[in-house]
Amino acid sequence: MIQGNEVQRYATNERINHWFTAVCFVLLAASGLAFFHPNFWALSAVLGGGELSRFLHPILGVLMFLSFIIFALQKLGDNVMKSYDWQWMGRFGDVLANRDHDMPEIGKYNAAQKLMYWFTVLFMVLLLVSGIVMWRQFFSHMFTIDALRLAALVHAVSGVLLIITIIVHVYAAIWVKGTMSAMSKGTVTRAWAKHHHPLWYRSLENK
Amino acid sequence: MATATTMNVVNRSATTAPMPVKSNPDIAVAKLIDESKCIGCKACQVACMQWNDNRDEIGNNVGVYDNPSDLTTKSWTVMRFNEVERADGGIDWLIRKDGCMHCEDPGCLKACPAPGAIVKYENGIVDFVKVNCIGCGYCVAGCPFNIPRISKTDHKAYKCSLCSDRVAVGEGAACAKACPTQAIRFGKKKDLVAWADNRVKDLKERGYQNAALYNPQGVGGTHVMYVLRHGDRPEAYNGLPSDPQISPTVGLWKGMTKTVLSWGMAAAVAVGIAHYFIKGPKVVDEKEA
Repeated sequence: MIQGNEVQRYATNERINHWFTAVCFVLLAASGLAFFHPNFWALSAVLGGGELSRFLHPILGVLMFLSFIIFALQKLGDNVMKSYDWQWMGRFGDVLANRDHDMPEIGKYNAAQKLMYWFTVLFMVLLLVSGIVMWRQFFSHMFTIDALRLAALVHAVSGVLLIITIIVHVYAAIWVKGTMSAMSKGTVTRAWAKHHHPLWYRSLENK
Repeated sequence: MATATTMNVVNRSATTAPMPVKSNPDIAVAKLIDESKCIGCKACQVACMQWNDNRDEIGNNVGVYDNPSDLTTKSWTVMRFNEVERADGGIDWLIRKDGCMHCEDPGCLKACPAPGAIVKYENGIVDFVKVNCIGCGYCVAGCPFNIPRISKTDHKAYKCSLCSDRVAVGEGAACAKACPTQAIRFGKKKDLVAWADNRVKDLKERGYQNAALYNPQGVGGTHVMYVLRHGDRPEAYNGLPSDPQISPTVGLWKGMTKTVLSWGMAAAVAVGIAHYFIKGPKVVDEKEA
């Protein structure tokens, strides 16, 4: 939807979902890091101490997974890698150097965003599955100790890799000016849409 | 058996600062369980319950003498009864007192994320500190002997403390005190190792050629040791591992993974900041539209 200079990128329900997921993520990352390395133990205070962190972390984890997976399913079609995405990826060095004139024309998401989407899906699923095995209060007794050990390793590794993915996600939003408004008021400018996502912009224009 | 000892902490869970005191083999204590002398009376279980004020749920008979059938948050030691067929067709009735082995290199402590929830004292005792425990169950993953149990009511981890509260005031473990055949002995580890060597020699003379002391070096030795008549196959004693070690999965989880990925996160932030300063923000010319 285009109104004046504003192009609608995210609907209200999508933005609420995004920020719900984001808040869950921050709380989960803080409490998770506290369990991950003693140097981060102070972060256990974010959820009110070690025991409350242990209790709340898995509950928040399930909530984050559910809100994320709803969003991810809505955006699945927009995140399939196309041939022009690989061409775009081939010029990623130019993107990083802010030399992005004459880039291959792409849709609603660029190749880097799409890859981030799939990494996030992967880590979310790994975190959910391993997290259930580690959920001592309800589930751990159903699994062998070897399964518990493997789950602990998978959970730690995919947790930190998800944090690194989100660091990249947040940085991209800071770096690429005009992006933040997509997730706050829901719109971007015509110039932004045309420059970064020309195929998507034109499909909206033709509606 | 009163033993001079100290309770200085030499290893503390989730603590990166080095401890000022190191393990001291001269004052290390141990419990030696001589299974050849055990009659399976369970006095040790009763003494453990009595001293630690634990009253377990009344369980069900599962067809063997084991009662309760497994370690629980309130049964920190359990007699394991095993009927093992001999080569000559006869049956060996092997009874092992199961419980925390108090490893010199404790897997539970390595896995624990809560600072000070698991400590190892100068005398070798590995103790759970209830106030610091958060109930995550990582100790269960860390332990090579399947010992810690997590309470369904207060969500804390429990196991044998080797009567650290008794040892602190010069007493021995309650189970050792109650044992009617002195199958359980408590004392200085080096004295008990010497005593066990004699006992092993004695058993060998009596036809048990494979008798041995169980003090597994894969976990740096233990502060609960067994004299086993069939020392060549500890598995016969209800799956006592012949070479217990902290699982490589746990080693990876609590070793390299922690360091490499922590630096990975720092690197991601640093690269972002550096990129912003070097290349600057990506701005769209609004006149493009």
